[in-house]
Amino acid sequence: MEPGDDTDETSDVRVEPVGSGALLVVLGTEQDEAVRGRVRGLDEALTAEPVPGQVEVVPALVDLLVVFDPLVTDHAAVAGVVRRRLRTAARPPRTAREHRVQVCYHERLAPDLAAVAEAVGLSTEAVVAAHLAGDYDVAMYGFVPGYAYLDGLDASIEVPRKEAAVPGVPAGSVIVARSQTIVTSVTLPTGWSVLGRSPTRVLRPDDDEPFLFDVGDRVTFERIDLATFERLGTGT
Amino acid sequence: MTAASLVVERAGPLVSVQDAGRAGAMRFGVPHGGPMDRLAHGTANAAVGNDPGAAAIEVSRGGVGLRAEGGDVVVGVVGPSFHVAVGGRSRASWAVHRLRAGATLEVRVRSDDRRGAASHAWAYVAVAGGVEARSWLGSRSTHVATGLGGALLEAGLRLSVSMGGDDPAPERLGAIPTPPRSGVDHDGQPFLRVVAGPQQDRFADGAMASLLDATWTVTDRGDRMGTRLDGPRLGVRDALSIPSSPIVRGALQVAGDGVATLLHADHQTTGGYPRIATVVDADLDRAAQLPPGTRLRFGAVHPEEAVALAREDAAARSAHLDLVAAPGRTLGHRLRRANLVAGVVLG
Repeated sequence: MEPGDDTDETSDVRVEPVGSGALLVVLGTEQDEAVRGRVRGLDEALTAEPVPGQVEVVPALVDLLVVFDPLVTDHAAVAGVVRRRLRTAARPPRTAREHRVQVCYHERLAPDLAAVAEAVGLSTEAVVAAHLAGDYDVAMYGFVPGYAYLDGLDASIEVPRKEAAVPGVPAGSVIVARSQTIVTSVTLPTGWSVLGRSPTRVLRPDDDEPFLFDVGDRVTFERIDLATFERLGTGT
Repeated sequence: MTAASLVVERAGPLVSVQDAGRAGAMRFGVPHGGPMDRLAHGTANAAVGNDPGAAAIEVSRGGVGLRAEGGDVVVGVVGPSFHVAVGGRSRASWAVHRLRAGATLEVRVRSDDRRGAASHAWAYVAVAGGVEARSWLGSRSTHVATGLGGALLEAGLRLSVSMGGDDPAPERLGAIPTPPRSGVDHDGQPFLRVVAGPQQDRFADGAMASLLDATWTVTDRGDRMGTRLDGPRLGVRDALSIPSSPIVRGALQVAGDGVATLLHADHQTTGGYPRIATVVDADLDRAAQLPPGTRLRFGAVHPEEAVALAREDAAARSAHLDLVAAPGRTLGHRLRRANLVAGVVLG
């Protein structure tokens, strides 16, 4: 198998070798619905019926990684199965699970709300309304365990990342940058803007299912006041 | 059964408990983790009679001091270029030692290394019976950036020894056979084999040639997530418009400023910086052990070669760990027996 020239006759899919035990299946170049649907479809097909030697599958925005055990199989064999699945796995992606996540936008828990409002020329209430109006899509995980990138932020409240990261941003912070929002899973530095805090734990390390979301799920936010937030959890 | 434990007297940064790591949760942002040098970690474990993937202590160049309490503790230390002392007395850094109750094991980077850079960046301390630490997603490996799983060592922390019952076999004490270090040198410099891609199309013309032609230097900007390399800037096309994409251990990632980083066990699972090539699995332990200042080269292999190397390497590792695990009266005894074993496995 030669890298780069392995083009599927029915599409512009590329299957690239990655080191000793993985393939990157590139399903398009644009982050549009069609490409995302193909990533999700292949993810489901490979998860439901793994390729022999498959270790795991990692879906992202326009591509998907298939990790395999090189003691069991090799790049060419896995690529062959993946290509057959692409031709036959025309199934529509599963019905997305829906999550409703509570957020408190009180100024005590939203250190950057005023700055974002000023940057985009809206009132803080309008920024909150725009954040609440979104119907978000779990685009992928990354950065650290439990960091789910949610797509679908209203363009009117898009802001760039800060010049420098702020240390110690608590777990549960609801943060935004560019077209995405995240409910943070752990306390870490971030250069994203903090709009509020959720009492919902998106990462529950001791649970049998520690991750609240899977890629492809839908998320909406529901506003709660400070008293409700404090009653539901400390958010720290 | 003894209720022995190890109390941390001091620990440098990034000293943590690691077992063989956790696969299967990369889609949730969780890298496999595990030891930076899997073979050294497995060797230390096998030498004290543990499963090679048991939880053990990974020691950074910051070093560690551990005091036995509540009973004797048998430790396997694999740390070439580290100085090891047991109860204040200098001891071999590639050996199994008995740590008497109340005595301290010291592991620190050698200060008497006149050649400048030491030969290794990470040492391992395995404890007969294993050490207790938080299991998360089926693994006791510490994800250092978040503290999920395992334990990050700091002064005062007590690690219980999960001793199986009997006193560990005294014949295990002493030197540990050295592993067959995979990989090759090129003009006296470490040579890491890479598979090109997966995102060569994101690089300017000639970037792959620059990667392979240049001599690179390991910088001191490194941790369990990755190590920045000093070398030529590699031109990236449309750096800001690249969609985030999944990453593996061993990836050579190039940031918008053209600086290359080699990603390690605790790598981010996705990211927007393109990857020009990936170091083959058989060379990853060696790559992780290269201390700051090391000069190295890269050489390209085809994916089929990378798979063949992984299989050869797995067979050699398995033979080595069997050799280390077999308790013998003398090292020579063990070596003679192992040659037979290795001969059978490697054919």
